[in-house]
Amino acid sequence: MTEQQNSTAAGYASPAQAKVKLDEKKDSLKKNKGSLLQTVLYGSIIPVALIVLWELLSRAGIVPTNQLPAPTTILDKIISLGQDGSLWGHIWITTYRVFAGFIIGTIAAIVLGSIVGFYKIAEQLFDPMIQAFRSIPSLAWVPLFILWMGIGETSKIVMIAVGGVFFPVYLNIVSGILGVDRKLIEVGKMYGLKTFQLVKRIILPASLPSFLVGMRSGLGLGWMFVVAAELMGASQGLGFLLVFGQNMSSPETILASIILFAIIGKLSDWILKQVEVRSLHWQDRLEK
Amino acid sequence: MSLALRNVSRTFNGTTAVKGVNLEVEPGEIIGLLGTSGCGKSTLLRAISGLDPEYDGEIEINGNVSREIQDTASFIFQEPRLLPWLNVLDNVTFGLTGKRKDKENKAIDYLESVGLSDKDALYPRELSGGMAQRVAIARALVTSPEILLLDEPFSALDAFTKMQLQDLLLDVWKKYQSTIVMVTHDIDEAMYLCDRVVILKGQPGEVEREIRIEQKRPRDRGSEYLAHLKSEILDCLDLNKK
Repeated sequence: MTEQQNSTAAGYASPAQAKVKLDEKKDSLKKNKGSLLQTVLYGSIIPVALIVLWELLSRAGIVPTNQLPAPTTILDKIISLGQDGSLWGHIWITTYRVFAGFIIGTIAAIVLGSIVGFYKIAEQLFDPMIQAFRSIPSLAWVPLFILWMGIGETSKIVMIAVGGVFFPVYLNIVSGILGVDRKLIEVGKMYGLKTFQLVKRIILPASLPSFLVGMRSGLGLGWMFVVAAELMGASQGLGFLLVFGQNMSSPETILASIILFAIIGKLSDWILKQVEVRSLHWQDRLEK
Repeated sequence: MSLALRNVSRTFNGTTAVKGVNLEVEPGEIIGLLGTSGCGKSTLLRAISGLDPEYDGEIEINGNVSREIQDTASFIFQEPRLLPWLNVLDNVTFGLTGKRKDKENKAIDYLESVGLSDKDALYPRELSGGMAQRVAIARALVTSPEILLLDEPFSALDAFTKMQLQDLLLDVWKKYQSTIVMVTHDIDEAMYLCDRVVILKGQPGEVEREIRIEQKRPRDRGSEYLAHLKSEILDCLDLNKK
């Protein structure tokens, strides 16, 4: 009797559902193409309008160009920096610093965060201290690091790793692990999973969303700290260009550097965002 | 597999939830734990499963007294509790060990029997409540458990899906002769499925009565015998206003 019930139910459901699936696929394809174009279009309307307005105001002489140069002047500056070859050096060294600091900070945060998340005793030992350190504005460490490690690469990378990347990643890992649903852990236990398996198969995947959020905000702070580190003392890098522009009273150099920061920062965030989308497609989230 | 509870009690921070339960379950028997909410049905089931080892008394499974989780037991929770990062197929194979291909074939068989054979690639967020619970049932059955523990497994489902899944459960039981203990507050469900209904009552919950249902399966949901029995159970729970 049951089998009959089942098969009739399945027979009734499948053709209709197959059609729905096909339609959905078509729809989503159309939507994807349309929405990408739309996103780019909508997202660029206001910036483009502002840039055009800015250019016009500069040309008309309403905005003092020695204070705020026209967009074309800034573009010229970037192109000339690119042509004499120094631009790539600046971009490379800044990206390298952020990247190295990001890797080191993330690894340290994973190690410490997992230990604190999993073991009560480690939480009691380490967490209050880490929380206390966190309440110090991290830029306050900068002079000390320079004193200890000089103004070379080491101090800069350590500053980015410790000040920027570590704390957000650490905090998110700990809260991610502590926030794993007890109900899912019970499912694992019911199948006889031991601690290590439980961590690998349930706790890690369940805390991944929180970990990725931490990585993204860590990366954002990493970019902030690279500016701080390069302002303090550097002979190369986008942050150095800021100081250099200031000393040379050349606002177009400063603005060129700011724009490059915006582009590279956005690009690196976009990469992480893609990783997030790929690995968290299973999440049940509100889609606008 | 046989199961025996001897004087099992459970106290949470000084409040006793369930007290002095004795129960002998024969291999292959279907037992229903019935009672109003808060009388310790689920507590008892969690004690049997080993998820909650902090009870007093003794639970013997197949002659062994143990507080550990048994490999041979499966638990179907009130909610589906699917792992959201795994698709339907991987959720069903979660508790299996062995070669991937074998695991998947087994899982596909069970998905078919719960009527979800074409849904194996979907993720839990794409399933309806009833579909998700059916996946959870497939996940619990695929390990061919000798003891199946069910905690109000169908309570969140609509009446039709519920009846369908009750029949599915009986099919599986017929095939594997699993020992089944199910918690329910649905008297019709208990009468339709169980060999014996244990009625718990009071706070702390105690065994009020055991009723054996002699009728052979498949039972007629609307039979006079069951109607008469239902009235008896309602009386026993002081729910009959006559």
